[in-house]
Amino acid sequence: MIKRSVFTSRTLPYLLILPQVVVTLTFFYWPAAQGLMQSVMRSDPFGQHSTFIWFSNFTALFKDPLYLKSIGITLLFSTAVAAVSISLGLFIATMANRALKAKAVVRTMLIWPYAVAPAISGILWLFLLHPSYGVVAYAIKRWFGVDWNPVLRGSDAMFMIIMASAWKEISYNFVFFIAGLQAIPKSLIEAAAIDGASPFRRFWTITVPLLSPTLFFVTVMNIIYSFFETFGVVHVMTQGGPGGATNILVYKVYQDGFIGLNLGASSSQSVVLMTLIIVITLLQFKYVEKKVQYTG
Amino acid sequence: MVEKTPILDTLTYILLIAGILIVGFPIIYAVIAATLSIENVSRVPMPLIPGDQFLINMKTAWVKGNLGTNLVNSFIMASGITIGKIIVSLFGAFSIVYFDYRLRTVAFVSVFCTLMLPVEVRILPTYEMAANLLGPFQGLWNTLHLDGLANWIAGHDIEVTLEWSLLDSYTGLIMPLIASATCTFLFRQFFLTIPEELCEAAKMDGASAMTFFRKILLPLSKTNIAALVVIEFVYGWNQYLWPLLITTNPKMMTAVIGLQHLIPAADDVPYWNVALAGSLLVMLPPILVVLFMQRWFVKGLVEREK
Repeated sequence: MIKRSVFTSRTLPYLLILPQVVVTLTFFYWPAAQGLMQSVMRSDPFGQHSTFIWFSNFTALFKDPLYLKSIGITLLFSTAVAAVSISLGLFIATMANRALKAKAVVRTMLIWPYAVAPAISGILWLFLLHPSYGVVAYAIKRWFGVDWNPVLRGSDAMFMIIMASAWKEISYNFVFFIAGLQAIPKSLIEAAAIDGASPFRRFWTITVPLLSPTLFFVTVMNIIYSFFETFGVVHVMTQGGPGGATNILVYKVYQDGFIGLNLGASSSQSVVLMTLIIVITLLQFKYVEKKVQYTG
Repeated sequence: MVEKTPILDTLTYILLIAGILIVGFPIIYAVIAATLSIENVSRVPMPLIPGDQFLINMKTAWVKGNLGTNLVNSFIMASGITIGKIIVSLFGAFSIVYFDYRLRTVAFVSVFCTLMLPVEVRILPTYEMAANLLGPFQGLWNTLHLDGLANWIAGHDIEVTLEWSLLDSYTGLIMPLIASATCTFLFRQFFLTIPEELCEAAKMDGASAMTFFRKILLPLSKTNIAALVVIEFVYGWNQYLWPLLITTNPKMMTAVIGLQHLIPAADDVPYWNVALAGSLLVMLPPILVVLFMQRWFVKGLVEREK
């Protein structure tokens, strides 16, 4: 869509877009290009010489059992985070949408965890799930008879970062679901009610299908969140441990590149992540475009 | 809703309250823990009646976590990112929507593609860039062997090093984060919905592009700007990876990063009361912004979907 009525100036439009272009070129495109280049090079430890080695870094990467493990961990982690935060967010939003009188109050009481930094959410849950002092850990040990120890056992540590990451995201999902629910025409629900559909049936046959665009969007955002923005959670809670059990992809890039100073491995991992996010973004835009056509 | 379902309605409210309590539990618990003394906070299970140590714990956290300096740094970083992002995107969107020039599509696509390059996927090269902004020019200098030329001109050996580092500076914390595809999109979408007649009328009255921008576009964008202020302030305040990479000087540390030093180590005295008091203090500013500007925030957040 283009405006018919536009201003004419030879230099002004370039001047206006200049700050954006300068920042993107310096901090987005140049580093991304550097990363791409480094991913097909091998440099000696002193950074003096680098040789072109085609895709050796990538073949090495996908043969590395630690990297394959990290992929598995990330998939498990992001699926769990998305599942927990979406189902809870949707559940609470549905309830809140039914409660006609208290909607505004409920929203206020549920919205603020959005503003909590992932790293701080990590600190809160680190305390709640602390093997000696945490109350949730105490309850787990007491009620389920589990010998809870996230410092030593990988699965416990994984549970810990899932809880801290999902908790924060519930309120984000809630905001979208409540907006989506309110956009569903009342007349449809009423018509179904007159036809004798129970509230549960109405939820599954009318609300959920009409909410599917929101559901799709929220799922994509949750996956991006759990892939990239949970870095702070991992850094505060487990540092990827114990024994790499919580070493999700983003954390591994940081560890290999910034702590381990392995340039080739780190940049080929970056390129893999970049490819991944390009695919996700394109998928999302394709779908959003379809949605626009559908609703006219 | 449609029919009367008293049982279901009661159940709804009960589940809703349960949901709110579950979501609020970590914070409620942290608030209680922050008021307890060290003896009480390390009892298992911890007493649920608040103690009277809140201010003392706060003070300890303030000193130990260096929160005075860190909060100021976070505030400068978050506001810098917010203001920078909004100005850059407003100008960018104005240029893309209201002008017709040859490189317009190129500009638009290049902004669009930054969506796919979050800082997390280009950690090292971006760090290198920030460590020396003039690095690319140095590279060019070296590959062209301009050293030889310089030596020849000067008549003796000289070494040229180009260096401009953004490490441990506010510019370094802010600059790389102010280019934003999402903000530019939001403004672009909004500008496209503004009736053409407004622009035509302004032109007929002899307004220049910048006058139109200042007197008509900016006042119309107020709600959008307010929404983005909330979203970007929270985004800026909660940044983790980037400040972790580029700040090593304790004077430049941000509040969220600084909290790390409050977490009790395994063989340390478990000062969780202090750690949680500090955490509460650091999470407060963005929470207040979200709560006070809730209406615009929800609107802005939901509109980014489109």
